[in-house]
Amino acid sequence: MAIPRIRIDQVSKSFGPVQVIKNLSLDIERGEFVSLLGPSGSGKTTLLMLLAGFEQPSAGSILLDGSRIDHLPPHRRAMGVVFQNYALFPHMSVADNVAFPLKMRGMGRPEIESRVKRALDTVQLAAMRDRRPAQLSGGQQQRVALARALVFEPAVVLMDEPLGALDKQLREQMQLDIRELHKRLELTVVFVTHDQSEALTMSDRIAVFNQGLIEQIGSPRDIYDHPRTRFVAEFIGETNLLHGTVKDHYQDGTTIELDTSRHLTVPRIDASAGASVLVSVRPERIQLGPASVAAQNMLPTRVVDCVYQGDHLRVQLDEAAFGLVARLDRRSAEWPAGADVVAHFAPEDCWVVAA
Amino acid sequence: MTTLWQRAGHAALVLPLLLFLGLFFVWPLVTVLDQAVSDPVVSRHLPATSAASAAWDRSSAPPAEMRQALVRDLRAIDDDQIMGDLVRRLNSAQPGFRTLMKKTVTAARDSSGDLDLGEVDARWRDTAFWRAIAEATNPYTDRNLLAAIDLQRDRAGAIAAIPEGESANRAILLRTFLVASTVTLATGLIGLPYAMLVASATGWRRQLLLAAVLLPLWTSLLVRTTAWYILLQDQGLINSALSALGLIGKPLPLLFNRTGVIIAMTHVLLPFMVLPIYSVLISIPRNLMPAAASLGAGPVRSFIYVLFPLTLRGIASGALLVFMAALGYYITPALIGGPKDQMISSVIAFYATGSANWGMAGALGIVLLAATLVLYGIYGRLSATNTRG
Repeated sequence: MAIPRIRIDQVSKSFGPVQVIKNLSLDIERGEFVSLLGPSGSGKTTLLMLLAGFEQPSAGSILLDGSRIDHLPPHRRAMGVVFQNYALFPHMSVADNVAFPLKMRGMGRPEIESRVKRALDTVQLAAMRDRRPAQLSGGQQQRVALARALVFEPAVVLMDEPLGALDKQLREQMQLDIRELHKRLELTVVFVTHDQSEALTMSDRIAVFNQGLIEQIGSPRDIYDHPRTRFVAEFIGETNLLHGTVKDHYQDGTTIELDTSRHLTVPRIDASAGASVLVSVRPERIQLGPASVAAQNMLPTRVVDCVYQGDHLRVQLDEAAFGLVARLDRRSAEWPAGADVVAHFAPEDCWVVAA
Repeated sequence: MTTLWQRAGHAALVLPLLLFLGLFFVWPLVTVLDQAVSDPVVSRHLPATSAASAAWDRSSAPPAEMRQALVRDLRAIDDDQIMGDLVRRLNSAQPGFRTLMKKTVTAARDSSGDLDLGEVDARWRDTAFWRAIAEATNPYTDRNLLAAIDLQRDRAGAIAAIPEGESANRAILLRTFLVASTVTLATGLIGLPYAMLVASATGWRRQLLLAAVLLPLWTSLLVRTTAWYILLQDQGLINSALSALGLIGKPLPLLFNRTGVIIAMTHVLLPFMVLPIYSVLISIPRNLMPAAASLGAGPVRSFIYVLFPLTLRGIASGALLVFMAALGYYITPALIGGPKDQMISSVIAFYATGSANWGMAGALGIVLLAATLVLYGIYGRLSATNTRG
């Protein structure tokens, strides 16, 4: 097997008595876009700082293309870092900011000129080259920071919540732009974020962090559809969690008895009867029907509230069905509050995690 | 109506400030300027002569009318103090007036009616004495301002240098600027690293470092200067420590010379350099240095290309504060310096309190103020282009 671009091997990091990263291992392949996703304080930013060289690991090693880099100071590592608040040099023009890493590498003037031009063209800021960062909008500053981190062709691009300060529309546009750049320039990117939709949009793989550990790592589809733990299920997207116990297994399914003594059929799992489990059902998988409807997994309940949200209808259901939330197609009929309905969903839309 | 009342209210809020500024800042400045250029003695106490001198061409013999006017004016003065002022003023323009006036006044008082001044004293036949009077009749003069920078008007009225050795104002002004520049440089060299240390420290360490630089500000200048007096003497702490370590054979001369003055002034003025730099440093975004490092700049180049240019604003304000404060230093050079280290303020003090020559004191003050304003203008221009460009 080829040597991974980055190998993080049993790395731990403590600040005083607090262990922020606990014996963590992770390989990142060349050209891969990996998001580190987690709530604040989960260690994702610390891991990025270890990669960039701003912090030293307390234990373990970090390898770039097979050679250890954890002892190198930041300026000796070939990492392009995009910071949370851009960290542009306010006293330099846009072009000088982008030229900075090239100048530090002792590159000749004509070479610097052409590379800066190419980098600014890439982020569509050629017209702004003589402006000061303070004269640019947030999105433009972000693109300058990106150009500056890419211009010296680093082995890896590290991004620390780079879109956090932008408004929603611009953020979504930038997500697509970065994704496109990553594909076109075949960049290896490590992207720290606490925004799960951002991670889902951009990543080849998502590493979900919780308390210094990677809770689960996998493709966006894998993480979203098959969360391994309750934490991942709740952190990635909205979900409904129904508590129950394993009743029995049959050929390709398992029956689970919910706390309300109703039964659900879910895809077959490896768990002995009586095990306590949580069934995760995404809101968009739940359908509502009149009390007369017949389906495999049915929970009779009552509508508490039905809110029109533009692209979908959000329906809050009664405690009788665990306070389920359903997300209906915007064209479906609105249910009046208090209406008796049956919430139903297919067995394959259920996913069981350990309680 | 409301807006009018509101405006009146707002105006009332700034009124105390305006009053204060006017009373304690603008008015004294105007007075100093007025003192420097006004020369009212002759025009006030020889009014008839002044009026008559207007018609005289100042090269031919003075007209009889002016001669008699002088006699009348002299007869009218009955206050010895005024006569003293008058004689002093005229004598400073033309030596010999002291004895001449004594003789003339006696002669004028002992007679009445017209008096032939040429008979009283032959010097009255010399137009130079008359010219001195005629020139002194102008209530405003540039004598003091010119003298402050070692210039004077020659016989023909043109501006010329005062002969070498008669005045040292220019040399002292130059020395003042030299000492102030040296102190500014020294505070900068010590202040910048220190401010960086303070800005990088956190918690109680930062408080301690700040207190260490602020503490001297809370002590009287005189006390601090005296402390240096004790430290710097031949048997003082510094010399005895150095000789105890065997580094020096005989004590270093640190007191009553330039070295001592600069050491003491640098210490006293250091807070004014450290604080502006520190305030700029803590306003620099924390992630700029990591960013520079990640882009390939080692610590030294990060400092040269990123931190230092961003700190320049603070260094400039600090340098301006220190330089301007240093220009006016009086106590420290007086106590720690030798005769060759006295700065312009001691000359001003000499004129103001030693010889009651308020005109010269004011003129030197004005020259110092003008030089400072020019420097401030340059600073303003530089900092403006810095933020614009």
